[in-house]
Amino acid sequence: MPAFSCAFPGCRRDLLVIVLVVFVGIGLPIEASAPAYQSHGTEGSHLTNITNTKKAFPVLAVNYEHVRKPFEIALWILLALLMKLGFHLIPRLSAVVPESCLLIVVGLLVGGLIKVIGEEPPVLDSQLFFLCLLPPIILDAGYFLPIRPFTENVGTILVFAVIGTLWNAFFMGGLLYALCQIESVGLSGVDLLACLLFGSIVSAVDPVAVLAVFEEIHINELVHILVFGESLLNDAVTVVLYNLFEEFSKVGTVTVLDVFLGVVCFFVVSLGGVLVGAIYGFLAAFTSRFTSHTRVIEPLFVFLYSYMAYLSSEMFHLSGIMALIACGVVMRPYVEANISHKSYTTIKYFLKMWSSVSETLIFIFLGVSTVAGPHAWNWTFVITTVILCLVSRVLGVIGLTFIINKFRIVKLTKKDQFIVAYGGLRGAIAFSLGYLLSNSHQMRNLFLTAIITVIFFTVFVQGMTIRPLVELLAVKKKKESKPSINEEIHTEFLDHLLTGVEGVCGHYGHYHWKEKLNRFNKTYVKRWLIAGENFKEPELIAFYRKMELKQAIMMVESGQLPSVLPSTISMQNIQPRAIPRVSKKREEEIRRILRANLQNNKQKVSSNKGIWLKLNVFSADSFPTVHFEQPSPPSTPDAVSLEEEVPKRPSLKADIEGPRGNASDNHQGELDYQRLARCLSDPGPNKDKEDDDPFMSC
Amino acid sequence: NGSKSVVRTLRPEAFKSMIPTIPVTNMVCFFAVSHSQITRLYSRFTSLDKGENGTLSREDFQRIPELAINPLGDRIINAFFPEGEDQVNFRGFMRTLAHFRPIEDNEKNKDPTASEPLNSRTNKLLFAFQLYDLDRDDKISRDELLQVLRMMVGVNISDEQLGSIADRTIQEADQNGDNSISFNEFIKVGNLQHINVWAGDHYLILSYILLSVLQD
Repeated sequence: MPAFSCAFPGCRRDLLVIVLVVFVGIGLPIEASAPAYQSHGTEGSHLTNITNTKKAFPVLAVNYEHVRKPFEIALWILLALLMKLGFHLIPRLSAVVPESCLLIVVGLLVGGLIKVIGEEPPVLDSQLFFLCLLPPIILDAGYFLPIRPFTENVGTILVFAVIGTLWNAFFMGGLLYALCQIESVGLSGVDLLACLLFGSIVSAVDPVAVLAVFEEIHINELVHILVFGESLLNDAVTVVLYNLFEEFSKVGTVTVLDVFLGVVCFFVVSLGGVLVGAIYGFLAAFTSRFTSHTRVIEPLFVFLYSYMAYLSSEMFHLSGIMALIACGVVMRPYVEANISHKSYTTIKYFLKMWSSVSETLIFIFLGVSTVAGPHAWNWTFVITTVILCLVSRVLGVIGLTFIINKFRIVKLTKKDQFIVAYGGLRGAIAFSLGYLLSNSHQMRNLFLTAIITVIFFTVFVQGMTIRPLVELLAVKKKKESKPSINEEIHTEFLDHLLTGVEGVCGHYGHYHWKEKLNRFNKTYVKRWLIAGENFKEPELIAFYRKMELKQAIMMVESGQLPSVLPSTISMQNIQPRAIPRVSKKREEEIRRILRANLQNNKQKVSSNKGIWLKLNVFSADSFPTVHFEQPSPPSTPDAVSLEEEVPKRPSLKADIEGPRGNASDNHQGELDYQRLARCLSDPGPNKDKEDDDPFMSC
Repeated sequence: NGSKSVVRTLRPEAFKSMIPTIPVTNMVCFFAVSHSQITRLYSRFTSLDKGENGTLSREDFQRIPELAINPLGDRIINAFFPEGEDQVNFRGFMRTLAHFRPIEDNEKNKDPTASEPLNSRTNKLLFAFQLYDLDRDDKISRDELLQVLRMMVGVNISDEQLGSIADRTIQEADQNGDNSISFNEFIKVGNLQHINVWAGDHYLILSYILLSVLQD
C-alpha cells in the first residue's frame, strides 16, 4: 500500500512529461509540413476558379497560409516554454544540469527531428537575435543592476572587460595563426587577420550564458558582479575589434594609423553608447513625470525608450548593450519615484518574463542551428581553439588580478580568481557574430564549427561543473538578507562619515565625488525629473515608505490585516504621490498596525495574532474612526502600549471593545478585506523566491 | 617659523625633530600606516593649523568646507578631540585617522602580543558606533537615533515620521528587548561591507601620488 501511494504522484508527473513530448511530436510535423500545405491550398483554389461549377458553401475551410508566420512563431515559443516547464517537473534533473544545457539538448533533438523529416531546420538568424532576442535580456540585467557593488568595483570590471578581452583576442588569434602555419594541419590558407577576427569573436564572455549559469549558483556578490559586469562591458571591445578586423581582412593590411583609429573608435563606441543610453534614460525619466493620469501605459514608456536607445546606438554602430545598460541605470531612480506601485510590478515581471523567453529561445535555437548549419570539421583547429580559450582566460585572469590587487583594498582571493576564470562562458553572441561573417571568408564554416564547439564546451562542461566546484571549494555564497531600514540608515551614516573623513584628510576620493554627484542630483536633476513635490523627499524616507507599503501588502495577503479600508493604501496608487496632509493620519494608523505586528512577532505572544484594527469610513463626522479589538485580555505589554497611545489622538474616536465585536462589524470587515485583497493583488511568484528584491536595493 | 619649509621636504630626521618624543618607526607600527601616508597627513595637519602652534582646535576643523556641509560634521570633529580637551596634536589626529586605514591581512603576523590593531573591523565599527552614542552608555537610544536621523534627512520631515522610523529601526535590531541598540546588535546588521572599502578603493593610491607631487 505505501509503495503504491508513493508512486502515484510520480506517475502523474511522468504522465505530464509524456503528454508534453507527444505535443511536441505533433507540433513539429505541422511546422515542417507547412510549405507543403501552402502549395496544396493555392492549387485547390486555382482549380475551383477554372472549372466554375457549383459547389456547396464551405462550412469549414482551412487556410493555413493566412496565419502561417505568426502561428509558427507562437508555436515555437510555446514549445520552448513547455520544454522549460517539463524540466522542472523532473526533480533531480534541474538540480544537476543547468537549464541552458537542457535547452540546447532539446534544440539538438528538435533540429534532428526536423532534419529526419526532411525539412530544412531554421538557423538562428543574426538579425532576429540582435534585434529581438538580446535586448530584453540586457534590459532586464541593466535595469536591475545592483548599482552599489557595480560602482565600487567598476575599475576592476573595466580592466577585465577591456584588457582581458584584448588579451584573449590577440593571444588566441596569434597562436591559431601560428598553428595554421604548421603544414600538417592543412590550413595554410588562413591569414593572420582572419585568425585575429576569429579570436575577437570567440574571446568575449557572453552575458546570456553567464546569467543563465550564475543565477543558479548564488555566488557571493563580488564575484558575481565582476563576471557579470565584465560580460556586459566587453561589448564595446568586441564591436570594435570585430568591425576592425572585418574591414581589414578584406583589404589585407593594417597600418599604424588604422590601429590608432581603432583605439579612437573604441572610445567613441563605448562612450557614445553610454551617452545615447543616458539621453534616452533622461527622456524616459522626464516623460514619467507626467504620467500620473495615465498609469496604465507607464511600463510601455520604460520599454520603448530603452529599445529606442538600443536601436539608435546600433544604427550608429555604437555599443547597443552599453546604451541599454546606461538607459536602465539612469532612468531607474527617477522613474521609480514617479510611477505607481502596480506599474513597477508590471515592469519588473514583464522584463523577467521577456528575458526568460528570450533566453530559452536562444538556447534552443543554438541547438537547432548546430544541426542545421554548414560544418567544416578540423580536429586540430577545433581542439586547439577550445584549449586556448581556457588557457588564455586563466592566464588573463591571473595576470590581471595580480596587477589589480595592488590597487584594491578588498583583494581578490585565489578562489575568487578561479571562479572568475571558470565562469567566463561563451554563448550565442559569439555564434551570431560568426554567422554574420560574409560568405567570402573561406574559413567561415570552420570558424562556425569551432565557435559552436567552444560554446558547447563552456556551457556544458563549465556550466555543469561549476556548481559542484563552488560547493567543493566552499566559495562564499550570497548572503540572503531582507531589506532593512537599519542597513539603509547605517549605510548612509557611514557614507557621510567617510566623506567627512576624506574632507579632513584633504583627499578627493571615491566618497567625495559620490557626495558631489548626489548633491548635484538633488539640487538640479531631481527637480526636473520627479513629479510633484516628491523630489524633496530624502531617499531614506522614500525607502522607508516603500518598505512599509510592501509589508502592509504582505500582511493583507497573509491574512493578518483583515479589516483595513482599501482607500488608504490604494489611494497612494491612484493619486500622484505627493505627501498630502489628509492621508497622513491614516498612514499613522497603518504604521501603528505594522509596529504592533512587529512587536508581536518579536515578543512571541502566543495568544493573539495581531491587534485587529478597523478603520470605519462610514462614520458621521467623516473622519475615520478607529476601533481596537483585542482578542486577548489587556494584560499583554502590546495592549498596554496601544492604550497609552490612543488618548494622544483626540481627532479619532477610539473604542476599546471586548473580545467579541458585533456580527455586523465582522461582516463589514469581511467585505473590506476582500476589497483590499483584490485591490492589492500582486501577481508575484513565491514569496520565498523573492530573495533579491530590487525594489528595496539602492 | 622655519618649520613650514621643513615640512615640504620631510625626511625622517626632520620629522623626528617635529615630534621629538615619538620616533617615526614607532609611529608607523603603532598606527599601521605607511611612511608616505604619515608624510601626507602631516602636510595636511600643518596646512589646517592656521595658528601654527602644532595643535588643531575645533575652529580649524570647521574651516574645512566639506565638513561644513556634511550632516555629521560636528560629530566627526568631536571624534578627534578626546574627553574635555580643545586641542588635538598630530598624534591624536593620526590616532583617529588610523581607524580608516584599510584592513590588511599581512598585519596579522606582526607582534602577536600587541592589542588588536586600531583598524580592525571591530574597532572600525566601534568608532562608528561611538559617533551615534553620544552619552557613551554603550547603547544607541531612541533619542540618539532620532538626532542622527534628523541630521541626515533635514528639516522637511515631521517629527512623527522620524519617530516611527526610529522605532522601526530599533525594533528591527533590538534583540534583548531593552529598546535600544547595543554594540553587539549593531555589529549584526547585515551587509556592513563598507568596512572593507573604507578610505576608498584604488583611487586612494592615485590621489596620494598626485597630491604628493603637487606638494613638492
